[in-house]
Amino acid sequence: MTAPGAVDAYTAAQTAQDATVGHGARSFRLWRGADGTGAFQDYTTEVNEGMVVLDAVQQIQAEQVNDLAVRWNCKAGKCGSCSAEINGKPKLMCMTRLDDLPADEPVTVEPMRAFPHVRDLVTDVSWNFRVKPRIQPFTPRAPDAPDGTWRIDQQDVERVQEFRKCIECFLCQDVCHVLRDHHLHDEFVGPRFLVYAAALEMHPLDTADRTTELKEQFGIGYCNITKCCTKVCPEHITITDNAIIPLKERVVDRHYDPLSALVRLVRGPKKS
Amino acid sequence: MTTEFQTVDHDVLVIGAGGAGLRAAIEAAASGVSVGVVCKSLLGKAHTVMAEGGVAAALANVDDRDSWRVHFADTMRGGQYLNNWRMAELHAREAPARVNELEAWGALFDRTPDGRILQRNFGGHRYPRLAHVGDRTGLEMIRTLQDHGIHKGIDVHMECTVLTLLRDGDRIAGAFAYDRERGRFRLFRARSVIVATGGIGRAYSITSNSWEYTGDGHALAYLAGAALQDMEFVQFHPTGMIWPPSVRGILVTEGVRGEGGVLRNRDGKRFMFENIPDNYKASTADNEEEGWRYTQGDKEARRPPELLTRDHVARMIVREVKEGRGSPHGGVYLDISWIKERLPNAAEHIRRKLPSMYHQFMQLAGIDITKEAMEIGPTTHYIMGGIRVDGDSQMSTVPGLFACGECAAGLHGANRLGGNSLSDLLVFGQRAGEYAARFAKDRPPVSVDQGEVQAAADRALAPFARHGGTEGPYQVQEALQTTMQNYVGIVRTEHEMERALAELDSLKQRADRVAVPGNREFNPGWHTALDLRHLMIVSEAITRSALARKESRGGHFRDDYPDKDPAFGTINHVTRLGPDGAMQLERQPIPPLPSELAAIIKEMQS
Repeated sequence: MTAPGAVDAYTAAQTAQDATVGHGARSFRLWRGADGTGAFQDYTTEVNEGMVVLDAVQQIQAEQVNDLAVRWNCKAGKCGSCSAEINGKPKLMCMTRLDDLPADEPVTVEPMRAFPHVRDLVTDVSWNFRVKPRIQPFTPRAPDAPDGTWRIDQQDVERVQEFRKCIECFLCQDVCHVLRDHHLHDEFVGPRFLVYAAALEMHPLDTADRTTELKEQFGIGYCNITKCCTKVCPEHITITDNAIIPLKERVVDRHYDPLSALVRLVRGPKKS
Repeated sequence: MTTEFQTVDHDVLVIGAGGAGLRAAIEAAASGVSVGVVCKSLLGKAHTVMAEGGVAAALANVDDRDSWRVHFADTMRGGQYLNNWRMAELHAREAPARVNELEAWGALFDRTPDGRILQRNFGGHRYPRLAHVGDRTGLEMIRTLQDHGIHKGIDVHMECTVLTLLRDGDRIAGAFAYDRERGRFRLFRARSVIVATGGIGRAYSITSNSWEYTGDGHALAYLAGAALQDMEFVQFHPTGMIWPPSVRGILVTEGVRGEGGVLRNRDGKRFMFENIPDNYKASTADNEEEGWRYTQGDKEARRPPELLTRDHVARMIVREVKEGRGSPHGGVYLDISWIKERLPNAAEHIRRKLPSMYHQFMQLAGIDITKEAMEIGPTTHYIMGGIRVDGDSQMSTVPGLFACGECAAGLHGANRLGGNSLSDLLVFGQRAGEYAARFAKDRPPVSVDQGEVQAAADRALAPFARHGGTEGPYQVQEALQTTMQNYVGIVRTEHEMERALAELDSLKQRADRVAVPGNREFNPGWHTALDLRHLMIVSEAITRSALARKESRGGHFRDDYPDKDPAFGTINHVTRLGPDGAMQLERQPIPPLPSELAAIIKEMQS
């Protein structure tokens, strides 16, 4: 029988690692407050090699301020919950390593600014969840095979995979000046939902046409291609070049091209 | 503090919005009943999002020898025959239709050269069976269900946590919950309730699971009188990240091995070729060359030993570490970069097949997996045990209370095969939704006991009222995780588990004294304090069931009983709340296999 207090060799080896890791104190300035009011507060905590910002925030929460509000979930860059502004830049807290940030100044963490503030680092992102159902859902063509399945080229799958990687962290919405500075949430759906519309429009099976809504309800014309969204995307989706510009082209083809307008008049509306 | 609450009525209430909960909600809504979904996080963030490798279904697109019968036999063998065989049968039969249905809802899987859904190899599956999208299959699935579901008239209550289930006599009557943002209480009245809350990984220190995985559904159902089953069977996934410490536990998909990745010890040796279990010997390669050919689609080749079941691979890794052949950070090496010896453009191939693994190691560990080996070790990943349900309807032992997905027991027996959880979500999510809607339609409205509601509200607010001399919730949670990791982990002994039970007793008392500062608005300290109760219950159920199973089988390994005992091969352990408030454990015999299913297993053993 194993001795009292013994653990399996692997767990013991892992526990031992913690003692060997390099560490030191680091300071943080975290936004504290509720419903739009608040201020930065300073904290110091012990950090070690490889830690990400979310680790430090959670450590401060566990050891110093139990009620520090922060939203997170997978801590692996896959769910898109822990979006915040770190040293002024929109990022996922779980994928931002402390050793990639300047060591000689405090790390500042504040909530996303394009959405209503709830508490501390948490914002109310529910607007995004109200926007999505307004976009026409996926509408497949009739199945290709008698068993109800489709035949699709891998190449056609790969063309839209880039858009389907989106983890809905809403950092692109946060940085978009149409939403952040001009607060046009009622007129413009933001980069996230233009990517979503692009994923549907370019889906190899989809037959719906969203160009009129894109122009008239979703405000695609507001985007003036400053590419801020592309720069902050943690999934490296080329939002402007690959999603928004092709959608803008479809809208232009549909609504401003006299030749295709004439063709449409003769043939009836059809997806481009 | 006020205990006021808002009342919401639904025919069917679904707790949890991962793959199982969403699939259940879609099915229930399709039958015309009113459906509410309650989830702890934002919609689309549930743990399903992290599933990487694929969804298992015998589509036979890549190897036409595959069929539901082979899938059934593989699942039973992987589960060491403790499975609910009816669930294993339904799962294998219905998974292909559920996967094709996802495509009709917009999911885009990788393709075969002739344009059908591509399938990849995975541990324990005889043929390439996992439909996938690179290594982000879970994201594709949850987003498809989410985007389909939002057009089906389902009411979603995001960031809302259930405190207790409510009963009307014997049957279920709804749930009492609080919203995380403002901390206000909400009473859900419902004729049927589907629990789809996932797993228990947060009971351990090293885990691939997100914060949500606190065993809520298991504990809520248990407290409502439902039986739990097979709780000793926890899956430790063999490949989690181990370095740096802050990323320890994050999953490294089995897809790495499916694409040709190999495990090596400190000496560069592929140790998995040693100790291949007898029942897999005939189907496992005995040399590196054959193993490589298998991963590249050679139908005549046998699988490499890296693709044996997860329980076995995890134990082999622990053995290497124990015997001093581990990697510098206390694990072993997982190497995919070596395939450059075999494939032109290997680096590009790896990045295309395993994009999020490439990204994850690059960003979090500074390792380029196309050039270097990864360091990995086992991580708590999944619980095979859960709420005991009827195989066809997914109803628990409490009328009107259903369970599906990870929080339900039965499909996986003693060990789950990779890819079978995503198919589990779809098959049994659909079934739970259908039967819960049917149950709701046939029953009169429920009435709720206001005293029960008041008691739940008072209990929830208690941590705010405790002042001075008490500890915070995070310290108790961490102590619990250490206890379970150390004493009820991958290798178990009676002595250590007895010690765990004693520690759990004192931890329960500490949990009852936890105090939280601040107010009810988005207060994670409060949320953590409330989750403790559920973590304690599942930890106790795991420990008691593991103590009673004096043998080693599947995910449950006893150092003091290292062999399989046939006497335990025909029983499930069932735990339930006793009349005195203590946990009761009993043995339940597994009903004998019907002859046609027994014949399939026999046929596939050859």
